[in-house]
Order: sequence, then C-alpha cells, then structure tokens
Amino acid sequence: MAAPVAAAEAFPSVVPQAASAPAAVACRNVTVRFITDRRTVTALENVSFAVERGGFLSLLGPSGCGKSTLLRVVADLVSPTSGAVSVLGLSPQEARLKRSLGFVFQDAALLPWRTALQNVELPLEVGGAKALPAGAPTPRELLKLVGLEGWEGSYPHELSGGMRQRVSIARALLGGPRLLLMDEPFGALDEITRDRLNEELRRIWQETGTTIMFVTHSVYEALFLGEQVLVLAANPGRVTELVDVGLPRDRTLKIRETQPFVEIAANLRDLLGRGA
Amino acid sequence: MTDIAAVLPDASAAEAEYARRKQRELWRRRLLPAVGILAALGAWAAVVYIFKVPPFVAPSPVAVFATLTSKFGLLIENLVPTAIEAICGFLLGNVAAILIATTFVHKKILEEAFFPLVVIINTIPVVAKAPILVLLLGNGMEPKIAIAALICFFPTLVNMVRGLESVNPQAMELMRVLSASKTEVFFKLRLFNSLPYLFSALKISASTSVIGAIVGEWIGSTQGIGALIIQATYAFDSALLYATVIVGSCFSMVFFLAITLVERLVVRWQAPAGH
Ligand SMILES: Nc1ncnc2c1ncn2[C@@H]1O[C@H](COP(=O)(O)OP(=O)(O)OP(=O)(O)O)[C@@H](O)[C@H]1O
Ligand SMILES: [Mg+2]
Repeated sequence: MAAPVAAAEAFPSVVPQAASAPAAVACRNVTVRFITDRRTVTALENVSFAVERGGFLSLLGPSGCGKSTLLRVVADLVSPTSGAVSVLGLSPQEARLKRSLGFVFQDAALLPWRTALQNVELPLEVGGAKALPAGAPTPRELLKLVGLEGWEGSYPHELSGGMRQRVSIARALLGGPRLLLMDEPFGALDEITRDRLNEELRRIWQETGTTIMFVTHSVYEALFLGEQVLVLAANPGRVTELVDVGLPRDRTLKIRETQPFVEIAANLRDLLGRGA
Repeated sequence: MTDIAAVLPDASAAEAEYARRKQRELWRRRLLPAVGILAALGAWAAVVYIFKVPPFVAPSPVAVFATLTSKFGLLIENLVPTAIEAICGFLLGNVAAILIATTFVHKKILEEAFFPLVVIINTIPVVAKAPILVLLLGNGMEPKIAIAALICFFPTLVNMVRGLESVNPQAMELMRVLSASKTEVFFKLRLFNSLPYLFSALKISASTSVIGAIVGEWIGSTQGIGALIIQATYAFDSALLYATVIVGSCFSMVFFLAITLVERLVVRWQAPAGH
C-alpha cells in the first residue's frame, strides 16, 4: 500500500495484479445468471478483482447490483455461470470444506434456542472442525473481544440488534477464519452503534490479520473500513472501479472529517452515480 | 433475565415493581376464569329450577355433583380404559407422524408421492373411519387406539413437516459455510426449529386423542367413557351422562396441561412477546 497522503493523488488505481503474491480472493470474468419463471437476471457480469491476503475490501453499490451474490460465490453458496474464482489459492468449495471462511449474515442468523455463548460455539459442533487450533481464542474470549463479556448466557431475544450482530461476528471469528465475508452486517443499526462497531471491526481486523470482504450501501462505511473499495453498478451487476483507499492504517472516526477522506468519498459517490 | 438485572446497579426497585405487576396479572388470569365458570353454573342451576326442567332432559348441577361423588368408583373404572386408549393412540400417532415427517424432509420424492394420499385419507370423518377400523381390528382396545392415533397423526405430520422445513434460509447457508452434514443440519437446526410447531400440534392432539377413543367406544364397547355415555343416554340418566362428560373433559384438560408443561420446560427460548 502506498504512503497515506500520496495515495489520494494516486487515486483511482484499478486493475487487479495477477502476477504478485497469491491473492486471498481472485475473481476472473465471473458471471452469474439466475433463471426464474419470469425472467433471467444477470446478477454479475464479467466481474474481475483480487484481494490480497490480510486485505480489507469494501463492496459498494446500489441495491440489486449483486453484492450479496458476489459474497455467495466466494463462499460457495452460489456457483458462477461462468468465470474463475479462487479463494486462498483453492476453489471456493475446497476453501469452504477446509473451513477457512467466516460469514456474517445481514440479519445475524443466530439460532434462537442457543445462548450467545452456545451460538458462538456452534462451529465447533458441526462440519468436522471439532477442535480449536492451539492458541486460538475461545468462544468466551471472542465474546469479550466484541464487547459482550457478561452476556454469555443470554438468549438472542434478550439481546439488542447490535449485540446480536456482534455475537454473529464472534461466531464467524471462531477458529480464526482466514477470510471473513460480511454482508451488510450493520445495515439495520443506528448510526452511533454502527460507528462504534465500525471502529471495533477495524481493530479486530488489525488484531487478527484476517482478510475481510465487507458489503455496504454506505460510502462512509465503505471508505472508513476498507483498504480498497470495489464499486459496483447494477443491471447487470458489474465492476465500475476498484479504488485503493490509502488512508492511514490506524484510523479513528475523526478521519471522516479530513481532506483526503472527503475527497475520496466525493469520488466514490461520483462513481456510484455513474453506474446508476 | 436475572443476569441483566444484576448488571444494572439500581434495577431493584423497577424489578420489584415488575414482580408485583406480574403477580397481579397472574391472579387476574386465575380468578377471572373461575368467576366465569361459577357464573355459568349458577345460570344453569337457575334455568333448571325456574323452568322445572325434568331430570331426564337435563339435571341440575347439584344432581350432577351428587352423581360425581356417589358413582366416583364407576366413573374412574370407565375412565381408565379410555385414558389408556387415548394415551397409547397419542403416542402411536405422534411418533409415526414425527418419523414420517423426518423421512419426508430427507426424501422429497416420498413427500411428493405420499403427502397428497395422507391428506385424502384424513378428509374421511372420524365417525366414518371408526366402523371401518372396528371391522378391521375387532372389538378390543386396538381399534380405539388406532382411531385416536389416526386423529393425532395428521395435524402433527403437517406441522412437523412445516417446522422442519421452515428453517431460516440464512441459518441454512450458515450450516453450509460450516460444512455441516445433513444429520448435523437435522439435529442442530431443523429439529429445534420444529419444536414450537410440534408442540402446538401435540396440544391439539392431546384433546383430540380423547375424542378419538370415546368415538371408538361408541361403536362397540361395554367399557370406557364412550360406552358409559351411551348407556347413560339410553337409560335417560342425565346426571350420570353429565358426570361422565365432565370426567372425560377433566381428563383431556389434564392431558393438555401436561403437554403445555412439557412445552414450557423444553421450548424456553421464544420471546414472550412473540406468541
Ligand atoms: N436465488 C436467486 N434467484 C433469482 N434471482 C436472484 C437470486 N439471488 C439474487 N437474485 C437476483 O440477483 C440480483 C442481485 O441480487 P443481490 O442480492 O446480489 O443484490 P445486492 O447487491 O446484495 O442487493 P442489496 O443491496 O439490496 O442486498 C437481484 O436482481 C436479485 O433479484
Ligand atoms: Mg444483499
């Protein structure tokens, strides 16, 4: 990554480099079509990009541009109609079966009959990965990491929306996934909670060194969180541009008032408008 | 809930207020139905007294109560076979329904082939099915158990299939991301998801299994609540008839409450506001 100040001028930088170190996620010409009774939807068309290991990619785009579909392709929940996808040097299916992924869903997707702690423990009970690697944080430690110490025994209906979302983040972090996929996890939250969770997420990312792909509608969230922002356009879903953010790694929410941030935000909004 | 209260420093006053309000609501919920029942009994006694209804048409509540105490032995003697039939039928019908629902969920092709048949069989009214089963199974307890089982079977099957299948799609995707096997998805996700559905079906079948057993006894039986109802009717012994009906409904009420109690112990996760 370039020096923080220079980066804003270097902007916009595009095009995934194929030659350098093996990427955490690489998509080449990925196209996804859904055929239904009424119509055929091209959710993604010729989407190419790469995320380096330890990177943080924000996916930004209007509703229906295929952001969720793109995450689902990476997580092997949807098969692309055509194109090539590699996840941590493997096929998406191999990566999934090796349990290298964590997925945070838009509505938290906690199991209502399990307490917060039991929800975080779920990944240890299914799918063959029955033991935590040595030294990996335990479910309790992860709940503490997301600021939910003391809430281990609470059921989801006793938690607020933001707390539920944090439980699901702790669950996704269990076992130290090398790739964390997050689909608008803070979409339903108020701005204050969202800001706090954004800061927490940056901190978690820096502490764990995991690669993150993060879907959002919000220009500010995309820019504050991401090291890169993939701007998508709808109908059909396609890449408008891959923007290198180049802000300092240690960020506080204050950064949103600085000149480089405001400039890039304006630029992203431009790009979004062009895609619409 | 107690954990949450412990976190807040000055929650004790609000907590006490909450407990008081809850207590008041509880008493209200207990007392008002009792008032309703007493009022109805009073009205019944008044109607029988004022209009001089002859005892072979309808008894007064006092006569029914007298019969309940004087013929208590006879009533219980006849309740036992009915209860056994209802409970056996309940177990048989529901276990079969749960197993078949599980099979349907795992073998869609079977569901598509046989579910319509199940629906058709169940459109046959109980009263029509009963003689067929009596012919098939003879005159003992078996046909009554079979009828009770059949009545329980359908609502449980339908609810169970729905409960096993109506899993949150994102939870399903979560299981896939975790590479969970079909068995794990069933035991960690589908089964728990189905429990609220299952219990609402079990509560229905707790009362309907008793109805099934009684209807079965009407057809051919010398024992049981159903048989006693028929005998009392032919003998114009209205007090005995009413007492028998009361004993029968008390039993199905207790059965229903027992299921509700088990439900409370098992399904503890639902938000109270949700239902
Ligand atoms: N399973 C599916 N079957 C049919 N069409 C689908 C399916 N999943 C997605 N689509 C279609 O693909 C397009 C992209 O959907 P997707 O959910 O990826 O959008 P999105 O960018 O995540 O939107 P949002 O921001 O509203 O969540 C939409 O037009 C949607 O209708
Ligand atoms: Mg989406």
